Amino acid sequence: MMSTPGETGTESWPLWEVFVRANRGLSHVHVGSLHAPDSDMAVRNARDLYTRRNEGVSIWVVPADAITTSDPDAKGAYFESPAGKNYRHAVYYTKSEGVKHL
Amino acid sequence: MTSPADLSVVENEAGQALFDDLIAKDSRIEPRDWMPEAYRKTLIRQISQHAHSEIIGMQPESNWITRAPSLKRKAILMAKVQDEAGHGLYLYSAAQTLGITREEMMDQLIEGRARYSSIFNYTTPTWADMGAIGWLVDGAAICNQVPLCRASYGPYGRAMVRICKEESFHQRQGFEILLELMQGTEAQREMAQDAVNRWYWPSLMMFGPPDDQSPNSAQSMAWNIKRFSNDELRQRFVGMLVPQAEVLGVTLPDPALRFNEETGEYDMSEIDWTEFNEVLAGRGPANAERLRRRREAHENGAWVREAAHEYARKQAARAAAEVA
Amino acid sequence: MSDADIDPHGEVTVDRLALADEFAGAGAAGEGAVASADVAEYALRLGDDALVLAQQLGMWIARAPELEEDVALGNIALDLLGHARSLLHYAGTESGRSEDDLAYWRDEPDWRNAWIFEQPNGDFAHTIARQFFVATYLFELYGDLSSSTDPTLAAIAAKSMKEVDYHRDHATQWVLRLAGGTDESRRRMITAVADTWPYVDELFHDDELVERLASDGVAVLPSSLRERFDEIVDQVLAEAEIELPTGRTAFIASGGGRRGRHTEHLGPLLAEMQVLARQHPGASW
Repeated sequence: MMSTPGETGTESWPLWEVFVRANRGLSHVHVGSLHAPDSDMAVRNARDLYTRRNEGVSIWVVPADAITTSDPDAKGAYFESPAGKNYRHAVYYTKSEGVKHL
Repeated sequence: MTSPADLSVVENEAGQALFDDLIAKDSRIEPRDWMPEAYRKTLIRQISQHAHSEIIGMQPESNWITRAPSLKRKAILMAKVQDEAGHGLYLYSAAQTLGITREEMMDQLIEGRARYSSIFNYTTPTWADMGAIGWLVDGAAICNQVPLCRASYGPYGRAMVRICKEESFHQRQGFEILLELMQGTEAQREMAQDAVNRWYWPSLMMFGPPDDQSPNSAQSMAWNIKRFSNDELRQRFVGMLVPQAEVLGVTLPDPALRFNEETGEYDMSEIDWTEFNEVLAGRGPANAERLRRRREAHENGAWVREAAHEYARKQAARAAAEVA
Repeated sequence: MSDADIDPHGEVTVDRLALADEFAGAGAAGEGAVASADVAEYALRLGDDALVLAQQLGMWIARAPELEEDVALGNIALDLLGHARSLLHYAGTESGRSEDDLAYWRDEPDWRNAWIFEQPNGDFAHTIARQFFVATYLFELYGDLSSSTDPTLAAIAAKSMKEVDYHRDHATQWVLRLAGGTDESRRRMITAVADTWPYVDELFHDDELVERLASDGVAVLPSSLRERFDEIVDQVLAEAEIELPTGRTAFIASGGGRRGRHTEHLGPLLAEMQVLARQHPGASW
């Protein structure tokens, strides 16, 4: 299990990852990280740091050490499976070309 | 049987191959990828120096926030210096993904073990310096930074994209300060020309030593961190300045400066690298002052940072006790 | 599309934003609304409060306890500077003076800010104590003023209230952390609250001008805000386990800022702020 890169557990103000929703209808997207003593201050610092120019309508902050990532050393193998399963994609089905509403 | 030592050799070989492949394809290296130790070290050094430059770079301008000559200029300057704090934070975060903490980087800075851009060791005695910094220093910085948006290390490139977007106003506001001054009174025009005289050469030095004396450049270019050579960027910058200086009505303080039709480049006087090296060695106008001020802010804030840490600890303990 | 063309942060549309009015409320009463002498004087009071405080917070930039806090205090200072500019711009319409005429070319006795705003930054706890009291006051004030019968004041107040709400929250968070942090931070916070408290009273002084304007629904009677202010302050300080000074140690400064009488701190602050502008009379920047 790995947290996000950068979190060491040694800093007095821990690292937080920041996600911002730019507008209604969009997902929260990772924009960067910051340091804060706790979650209340983290969300405020995120507002001050990452939305100075109207970049967001909603913010998530997550302690970096609370994020579990896939094993980085196995990244090739871990994401091998989808390759070759072309039948998951619509473009795989060519015989129906020209037929409307399909 | 393979011993652990053998295994790591195998891993390193595989890692190096993948790394080389990604670089060759001009793709991006991400934090948990295998990377050569020298690549990691180079990046930590470069990104943290860049971050320190943003943070130290706040000082020569914050010097004028309280005295800005109009409320509009005060607001612009405040927003700009504040942006610089933000840019320092983005960059420290990017460096942190390489295995160094911000606390360690800050300690390196205030203990005088880290470098930052020498340009910020010059002083800002007049208001026109706010214009010259924006036009010349930020202008040079933007020339350097735009190619860095494509740096091979993902987090660095992403930080630079954000920074470049936000900085687009920094150079313009500097230009406008100078333009107002040049269209103003005799005293204002003198102030503007004097500032341009003082900042022109140091801003050209921001691109670093000439290509034939820049030992690390070749490796950084091979790693797709650096995209253009120091001299290429310097030429590009001067090429932009010349017509802008005409609009402003200021004189660039280099009598030898002229466009050479044959080479397609600007001829210019020799840069005084002795001065550059003196400032780099800590003998510039304000090296000691800049570090002292940063150290003071850090030390004066220690009790506040500890208080917030302690409060968070107590709150967490309280929450845990309530659950138990 | 190559890698380099993909914007990893999504589109930032700032460049294409229709820029908002630089002066809040300008145009709320139609083009060229001119303040009466009374309204101008009232706007001057509010504008001077905001400008003096913005000037003080500006001094923190590059000196804050942590970089994130440099950014936070910068945002607050910029908000206040925005309020000041809108208010001074409006105040100047009465006499044909610009925001800068008012900011840079008035001497100390012509300034109308209350004393609490000119009290020095001190340590971070003092700045936070001052922020906490004034932001709590301003939030209530702008809340009420946003229904002023003067459309310009109402518009300025409506915008300012939203921003001051955050200032109040920011200060409250820090009061709690400093009071409940280490022994040292607690001691400093208690000292700061005690040192700042004497200047709170002046914020709620009524006088003839506000009474006149309040009777027309233009201004807010400061005294009418006191109860709500006390309620919030009591609540936060109770959570912080800080007691307000009482008894013989409870100094209350007389105040006098609204009449142009100031403490020893305003003079140097103005001297610094105005020095360059005054070296170049008539110059534009």
